[in-house]
Amino acid sequence: MKHSTFSFMWLVVVILSLWCGPVTGWAQDGTPGAIDTGDTAWVLVSSAFVLCMTLPGLALFYGGLVRSKNVLGTLMHTAIILCMISIVWVLLGYSLAFGPDVGGIIGSLEFLGSLGVGQDAYPGTGIPHLAFMVFQLMFAAITVALITGSFAERMKFTALLLFAVLWSVLIYSPLAHWVWGGGWLAEMGALDFAGGAVVHISSGFAALVCALVLGQRKGYGVESMVPHNLPMTVLGTGLLWFGWFGFNAGSALGANGGAAAAFVATHIAACAGGISWMGAEWLRTGKPTMLGVASGIIAGLATITPGAGFVTPLPALVIGLVAGALCYAAVILKIRLGYDDSLDVVAIHGVGGFTGILATGLFASIGAQGLLYGNPGQFVIQFVLAVSTVVFVVVGTFVILKVVDLLVGLRVSSEDEETGLDLSQHSERAYT
Amino acid sequence: MKLVKAIIKPFKLDEVKEALTEIGIQGMTVTEVKGFGRQKGHKETYRGTEYQIDFVPKVKLELAIADSMEEKVIETLGKAAKTGSIGDGKIFISDLSTVVRIRTGETGEGVL
Repeated sequence: MKHSTFSFMWLVVVILSLWCGPVTGWAQDGTPGAIDTGDTAWVLVSSAFVLCMTLPGLALFYGGLVRSKNVLGTLMHTAIILCMISIVWVLLGYSLAFGPDVGGIIGSLEFLGSLGVGQDAYPGTGIPHLAFMVFQLMFAAITVALITGSFAERMKFTALLLFAVLWSVLIYSPLAHWVWGGGWLAEMGALDFAGGAVVHISSGFAALVCALVLGQRKGYGVESMVPHNLPMTVLGTGLLWFGWFGFNAGSALGANGGAAAAFVATHIAACAGGISWMGAEWLRTGKPTMLGVASGIIAGLATITPGAGFVTPLPALVIGLVAGALCYAAVILKIRLGYDDSLDVVAIHGVGGFTGILATGLFASIGAQGLLYGNPGQFVIQFVLAVSTVVFVVVGTFVILKVVDLLVGLRVSSEDEETGLDLSQHSERAYT
Repeated sequence: MKLVKAIIKPFKLDEVKEALTEIGIQGMTVTEVKGFGRQKGHKETYRGTEYQIDFVPKVKLELAIADSMEEKVIETLGKAAKTGSIGDGKIFISDLSTVVRIRTGETGEGVL
């Protein structure tokens, strides 16, 4: 017994040293620059901001929109995804996304287990590699959590766990590599400042596939599915907005003018989105609603994300105004088409992200030039970025859902759905 | 004895209670209820999806009274609960055969 324990320990030591080998080599290849304390402070704080977007921000935003029998199940989706994807990212996801490039398609396994991700500066920045890794971790987590809005109130919990891990490893990590990790889209010159394609198109179109594959909630269009607590949703909106400054301005990876530009563009687009959605629904239904303003704010934020660091205030205003009305129109279209994207992930993140990627190709003027600044080629590249993201995500998500369905089944039973996720999946109730 | 059930607008509850107390009513039971009559419901819109809400929130009052109080209670309650617009509610009156005070076991009008 003792002998076998010793052998096991020996094996672990050997494996660890094998991992450490090439990693030391990486550190020696690139000469790490100096750490900038201001940049490091900003990126670490921004990482915590993005955490706050996911939990409690997104959790409350979604939690308020479901019926009271499903609120804990909905909060649970976001909370457990944050926990799980963080671990997946540290163990494997980060290496696939940001490890040394293999053929423009994927990162190598060099940073498996985050070994060798240390305190030296990440190439091209003044922040420790660890800070960069954890900042990116928060993006990986929220992206998967965003998708959960589409299958709210009916996904089996085991299916959710499996889907989240597979999707993060097989879809998110490669996509992040293509756009941000030196992959083929990055080589092409695609612009995605903070994740219009990587985060919003990807979660939005994954959400579309999820809504179509899982099908409508039981009683959709017949029973009342009125949001059970809109103040909760508004609280979530505020926390998302607050956290988004870390998401977008933090993506400058430094405490500098680029961060300030992204910060300002983000705020303007959020405000314009809220006003624009409210105006559109006021014209259409005769009443401005709180949920409309909240939804418009998020639409504005999602849409400005890819261009945040590339555009000046006035284009940000235009982008926000377009985002609010367009995403509202996408919600109306959803109702007409009859698919049950329960919390409108497609309309807000999918349509918003797609629009934002194209808008970046039009309006970019800081550090890059868009079509309106004499560079039509950028618009074409942005179009390729948006479309290839959609195609990859739609196909990949469909395959993953089919595999998960075969393994554990995607939906809760009809009886459990009637009871609600809180009692049927978790044996607890939010309001007693 | 009579059992009076009244369905009224929730915001009228305090006014009705005051008025009934003034004419000597010493107890009542109040329940928050939902229902519809000719008022029908209203529409709610969430992100463009319209819901017809048929059941409107109301308050139900229940009180047991002596036969002699019937007319006075109807008049007082009706006056206090009235706004003149649709949805003011209704008063239902039925005969009540027995009332028992649980603490003492007494029965009859004296219990009211």
